[in-house]
Amino acid sequence: MNALLLTLLPSAGGMLLLAAIARYRWAAPLNLGLSILGFTGSLWLAHEVLTRGLVQAPGLRVDVLNAPLLVLTAFVGMTTAFFSLRYMAQVVRAHRIGRSSRRLYHSLYQAFLFTMLLALATDNLGILWVAVEGATLATVLLVSLYRTPESVEAAWKYFILCGVGIAQALFGTVLIYFAAQQAIPDPAQGLTWSVLHQYAPRLHPTVMSIAFVFALVGYGTKVGLVPLHHWLPDAHSEGPAPISALLSGLLLNVALYAVLRLKVLADAPLLAAGHPRLTGYLLMGFGLVSFLVAALFLQRQQDIKRLFAYSSIEHMGLATFAFGLGGGLATFAGLFHMLVHSLTKSSLFITVGHATQVAGSQRLQHIRGLLQTQPALGWGLLLGAVAIAGFPPFGLFTSEFLLISATLDRWPFLSLLLLSGLAMAFAGIFRQLHPVVFGEPPAAQRPVRASLLPVAMHLSLVLWLGLSVPPVLAGWLDQATHLLAGVDAFGGLQ
Amino acid sequence: MNTGLLVLFQFLFFALAAPLLAGWVKRVKARLQNRRGTPLLQGYRELWKLMGKQALVPDTASPVYRIAPYVVFASTLLAAATLPVLGPRLPLASMADIIVLVGLLALGRFFLALAGMDVGTAFGGLGSSREMLISSLAEPAILMAVFTLTLTAHSTNLASVTDFLLHSAPALRPSFLFALMALLLVGIAETGRIPVDNPATHLELTMVHEAMILEYSGRHLALMEWAAQIKLLLYAVLLVNLFFPWGMDAQGTPTGTLVALTAVTFKLAVVGTALGVTESVLAKMRLFKVPLYLDMAFLLALLGLLSHVILEVGSR
Amino acid sequence: MTLLALPLQEQAVFVLAAMVLFTSFLLLAQTRLVTSIHTFAWQGGLVAAITALMAWSSDAPHLYLSAALTLGLKALLIPWMLHRLVRRVELDRHTESLAWPAATLLGGAGLVLFSYWVVLPIEHLELAATRNIVAISLSVVLLGMLLMVARRQIVQEVIGFMSIENGLFLGAVTTAHGMPLVVELGVAFDVLVAAILFGVFFLQIRESIESLDADRLDRLSEREPEA
Repeated sequence: MNALLLTLLPSAGGMLLLAAIARYRWAAPLNLGLSILGFTGSLWLAHEVLTRGLVQAPGLRVDVLNAPLLVLTAFVGMTTAFFSLRYMAQVVRAHRIGRSSRRLYHSLYQAFLFTMLLALATDNLGILWVAVEGATLATVLLVSLYRTPESVEAAWKYFILCGVGIAQALFGTVLIYFAAQQAIPDPAQGLTWSVLHQYAPRLHPTVMSIAFVFALVGYGTKVGLVPLHHWLPDAHSEGPAPISALLSGLLLNVALYAVLRLKVLADAPLLAAGHPRLTGYLLMGFGLVSFLVAALFLQRQQDIKRLFAYSSIEHMGLATFAFGLGGGLATFAGLFHMLVHSLTKSSLFITVGHATQVAGSQRLQHIRGLLQTQPALGWGLLLGAVAIAGFPPFGLFTSEFLLISATLDRWPFLSLLLLSGLAMAFAGIFRQLHPVVFGEPPAAQRPVRASLLPVAMHLSLVLWLGLSVPPVLAGWLDQATHLLAGVDAFGGLQ
Repeated sequence: MNTGLLVLFQFLFFALAAPLLAGWVKRVKARLQNRRGTPLLQGYRELWKLMGKQALVPDTASPVYRIAPYVVFASTLLAAATLPVLGPRLPLASMADIIVLVGLLALGRFFLALAGMDVGTAFGGLGSSREMLISSLAEPAILMAVFTLTLTAHSTNLASVTDFLLHSAPALRPSFLFALMALLLVGIAETGRIPVDNPATHLELTMVHEAMILEYSGRHLALMEWAAQIKLLLYAVLLVNLFFPWGMDAQGTPTGTLVALTAVTFKLAVVGTALGVTESVLAKMRLFKVPLYLDMAFLLALLGLLSHVILEVGSR
Repeated sequence: MTLLALPLQEQAVFVLAAMVLFTSFLLLAQTRLVTSIHTFAWQGGLVAAITALMAWSSDAPHLYLSAALTLGLKALLIPWMLHRLVRRVELDRHTESLAWPAATLLGGAGLVLFSYWVVLPIEHLELAATRNIVAISLSVVLLGMLLMVARRQIVQEVIGFMSIENGLFLGAVTTAHGMPLVVELGVAFDVLVAAILFGVFFLQIRESIESLDADRLDRLSEREPEA
């Protein structure tokens, strides 16, 4: 309980407190401080979950599935706040944002963090929806922070597409509540996930399948699944870099997490009705299309942030595919992929953010020779790109390897598609990034005060996870896999 | 009341009450404009006067021109006679089918349009083409609206529909609401009232009905005018008796008949007043807007049908 | 069970729901911006009336609160805000020529059929009679989306967005007698914030492209111009 409060309250208070502080010199460290507090809370929470297995409070519930994601969210929120400290100082110095926007920025940063933590921690599907929608509302003004015509347009697109998409998820939620009215003893608890999960086989299969389709379309818009992804590259490329890091690293995860929670609910009645694979096929289809389309679109990007935005779509597609494939191994791989992708991608957006400041442009052709201009930054970007492309010994290699073995086992010919998609994505990223890192720097490049500590932390974590998964995490993921897929992760292998 | 008398009553009612309703609408409009207006019986006097005058026929006219007024009048009156006015017990019940009704009206309209083109003047052709534009859009809407009713009553026979409505318990049917609105819109368009057409003048370039009968005179004109008035009454009776069948007489007792007659007179007076008021409030719309207007009517009728299927049958 | 077997309140709910659907179509056909806003306000009012009727007929007092919330938010506050904004950006005399009015309306009717088809499997459940309104509420949601696609005016897009919310709310109220209060308050709060943000965006967009025409929001696309 206290741990939950410590996790959620700093950001909840922060969004109000920081709205009152206009001075950047005070607001930015306070932002970082609150995020550190939240992270501490999440660690404590993780400890509680570890000892007790489950932490509950009225309306909130942390189990093995959301505990690692909560820690991850709080952690990335903290490191990004650290990055934001220097990055935004640069922005403020260059007078790119006005006085009111500075106040807005930190307040909304915490609001965004709060909505995501709430979405993860809540046990109520309605609150989950409210929080995910709240995350959109908190970030639209952040995307349009610079007030350029492009950023306003990106924010508008983001707002409208995600708003409409998420409305479909609310319709799905309403249908679940409707189905729950007939199935559970206390209808007022019809949106409480744990109660629904307990009575899931009694839910009406047709209603649940319709509800799941709507929820998948709704939250899928937020995950960035093709063809609902159009907001994603725009919002990522036009917003400030810390926000891109949070969107890519956290928001997409949270949305996918919502889909997973609903999948568990829909699977049980569908299994009883004789359609055990319906949700799985849907996820596989959406995931595979997203993965392949994004891998293709990677090739032609000219904006470095758009490039990595498409890479996010690609990886989220991969994770979605993994959950759709089902079975212990693939589900484990999907969960692990969510974690390592989030860490890697946010570190990449951090380095990319600084790189654009060095070059004064986001266009790939203007960013050249980072290794010469600012070697540390260049190495950060290079290692991040190596990690995101799925090279050993980084964590993404592990998850992709597990996924491909699972695919070989169940759908052998699909693994060909996966391999070629991965190769395409790798080629796309490296073709574009090679001159950025190694090329000859143009005259006007000027090194910036970069915060590389978060990058180092993220990348070493990804490396560590690639070399060996700590037993605590492995245990959690194993239990979460059991919750999602009904079987143990390595049941077939060991 | 025996059958022969009832048939006679039906014909006489429509033939005689039609100019009165038209006169009533005119009067309401006049009062709204702070004029005294013409007396209620002015319509009869005008028809009488026209009947007595010589009917001039243009040199270019073909026989169609001469036949048209009679066909238009006869088909309209026959169509009207199929409507249940006082009760579902109808002498012409076997032919009181909604599709027959629509068909008879279409026949009249066809001859009207032919007559408009027959003389070969610019106005006549203009009017005919416009009339056809309007009716081609109005007819699907009217059929759709009527099908909504018939789906509820499980019959396309007007007598059975009325019977069903009289004998079913009162219910709020969303489909009827839409069908009513659709029929209102279509009725206004079909009878050439504002905002689709202005019946009061033939001085406007946008006229429709008046343009087609511009060449007519004498008894021909009288028949054409009379047919138009009957059509107005027909739509009014259709609306009030299908959607508000209160007071109608199911048995055919003398008191019942009297009550039914009073009720229908009262309802028609209300409809006439409402028509007069709306005509005073609205302005005539541009001809290009008419398709959108009729699309709306069609849409309403379609929604009526859909809400019947979704809301009323769906709960089985 | 047919319509006639239902109590009169539920029949009235059906009629009102059908009218909500009709207002959605009116929004699709409406060319004048201000009239659109008024139609939207009527839609909100109708949804509030349905909620109040449900509260009365099913004796669920907490629904009165949601009815009041809907009335205040959807029928009064948001239309008022939109109205004020439209006057502020001088669009109150704006009329829009529709590209394909008849096709749009028929497409809308097609969407209604589609929603009916989607909901059809649920129909055979032995449940409350008001479940038919699921089809209506899904139609309102889809029509709102159609409105957003068909119109080029961002104010119209906002109206479409908000009418989607109306449809969702209608579904929640009629199928399950409203969601738990916490959730409903949360949703209302989100809608309110969204409305305020829309206002902010009208001004930002107008500042940046000097128009509120969504067609002119075309700077970001995959075909990047060679700068």
